[in-house]
Amino acid sequence: MLKDAMTGFELYRPTDLDTAIDILTRHRGNAWVLAGGYDSLDWFKERVRTPGVVVDLEGIEELRGIREIDGGGLEIGATTTLTDLERHPQVRGRFGLLADAARRVASPQIRNAGTLGGNVCQDTRCWYYRYGVSCYRAGGNTCYAAAPEAMNREHAIYGASRCVAVSPSDTAPALVALDAEMVVRSARGERVIEAGDFFMEPSVDIRRMTVLEPGDVLVSIRLPGRWAGADFRFEKVADRATWDFALVSVASAFRMDGATIADARIVCGAVQCVPRRLRSVERRVAGQTRTEEVALAAGALAVADAEPLAFNGYKVPLVQNLVKRAVLGA
Amino acid sequence: MNPPHSPPTTVLLPETRANWSRRDFIKGVIASGATVSGLSYFGAGCAQSLPAQAGGVERLLSLTVNGQTRRVDVLPNETLATTLRYKLGLTGTKLGCDRAECGACTVLIDDVTHYACSTLTHRVRDREITTVEGVAAADGTLHPVQQAFIDELAPQCGFCTPGQVMSAVALLRANPSPTREEARQALAGNLCRCGAYDHYLNGVMRAARGA
Ligand SMILES: Cc1cc2nc3c(=O)[nH]c(=O)nc-3n(C[C@H](O)[C@H](O)[C@H](O)COP(=O)(O)OP(=O)(O)OC[C@H]3O[C@@H](n4cnc5c(N)ncnc54)[C@H](O)[C@@H]3O)c2cc1C
Ligand code: FES
Ligand code: FES
Repeated sequence: MLKDAMTGFELYRPTDLDTAIDILTRHRGNAWVLAGGYDSLDWFKERVRTPGVVVDLEGIEELRGIREIDGGGLEIGATTTLTDLERHPQVRGRFGLLADAARRVASPQIRNAGTLGGNVCQDTRCWYYRYGVSCYRAGGNTCYAAAPEAMNREHAIYGASRCVAVSPSDTAPALVALDAEMVVRSARGERVIEAGDFFMEPSVDIRRMTVLEPGDVLVSIRLPGRWAGADFRFEKVADRATWDFALVSVASAFRMDGATIADARIVCGAVQCVPRRLRSVERRVAGQTRTEEVALAAGALAVADAEPLAFNGYKVPLVQNLVKRAVLGA
Repeated sequence: MNPPHSPPTTVLLPETRANWSRRDFIKGVIASGATVSGLSYFGAGCAQSLPAQAGGVERLLSLTVNGQTRRVDVLPNETLATTLRYKLGLTGTKLGCDRAECGACTVLIDDVTHYACSTLTHRVRDREITTVEGVAAADGTLHPVQQAFIDELAPQCGFCTPGQVMSAVALLRANPSPTREEARQALAGNLCRCGAYDHYLNGVMRAARGA
């Protein structure tokens, strides 16, 4: 009863980043980056992904850990586990939004190995796609989840472009709300990408969830000091408190000037293929107080352009109410 | 519940033992069965997965399991659950879903809970692995968690029990007097199809009081 018979691969466990990038570059197109493995092994076991070379980042010391950076921010190594993240005193103290989001991922055992880098780079969980069918995202020419009879309770209510899959990550909306920066390295050098530009719209490239290309390694994630200690709220609605992916999540950050909202970030997960930043709502509440009336208007505005599918209409009032609660702060 | 003594360190094949207990026999069948079916399953994988150049992992490795060092030949794409159950005969670690969705395969790696079904064995070559076979005392006295689970009638069918034991043991090592809510969080990654959750929590709280 060997159910986990993944097809064979060469496994590399380099101890420095340059070697990892070198192997990935040499085997470009046939190589897979492995961090905690909690997205990867599912793909391998289903034999939907069968890379010939797997590069395990776990042994690379420079990719792990959390350190202070100038301006009161933090830099988080990509292979820092979600457990280390949620327990870190500075993350909890100054960027509680990210700690709260990390704590809501999957289960304790998965957080003990699953990494922040893997969490933001993970592929979508659309079950048609995961099953290995030839949909748009897999290079085919149809979307099974948007077909008239399709089961699409988990799918997108915004911004679908052929593909209606959603961004599954709990930490991604928190990182977008915190104006995080993603540090990426490849054989060509290092580049820094804003979290808001890191996730890939299907209208741009339907085959990828992030801007990362083969040979790229996400090295770290920087949280600028700008949002440290703001008024945060992370809410995730899922069928069960453990294991299940978000049906809707809302990450919000408010900077107050007395009773007035000086600046706000409100970002939804699991409603679109990328974390959905509600810019119009942010603008609407800036300069206002956190009253019932403002919150109601914010909730209505949040869903003004929602386009639910046959079975996910329930997500519309969910988003509306979660945004309202975020603005009210209660 | 498994007998508290450590199982043999080598895979049992018929010619290595003259006197067979029923349990040894079952383990022998499991081990040799895995060798055969493993080969047919991994056929292409075996040949392909030998490291072609420096940097790839060596297949022969030493694992420290329940305080014993054991040499074992491990494929690059092999999970810890497979190695433990089918190569080391440690069948106390259960495989339920094989997809990180149930917790039956929970083991400790350096005192932290992990799903063995979703951990590549090559990742744990320098770590201390503890399975449910390794939590009782050397003289056979059950771990307080095991005893408390019996006293509270926690297991029903028992399939999830080894995993529940491991999560509870890890919790009490890190936090000897947890609140019930902390215990609930610590055991949240262990599904129980019999729904005996409250009984397991009663057991954890009883073990914590006794410790
Ligand atoms: C049962 C189950 C429940 C889950 N529930 C949730 C949930 O509720 N919320 C949630 O957000 N997620 C959930 N997940 C998804 C996911 O497995 C975890 O979130 C985990 O954080 C992924 O991280 P990892 O390090 O294990 O990923 P890996 O599988 O190692 O990597 C994931 C992907 O990212 C790539 N990658 C990883 N690190 C890097 C890097 N540094 N540079 C470049 N590419 C990289 C890998 O190549 C791979 O494609 C769940 C998974 C399972 C199996
Ligand atoms: S068998 Fe590993 S979690 Fe179910
Ligand atoms: S006791 Fe039967 S699954 Fe938990």
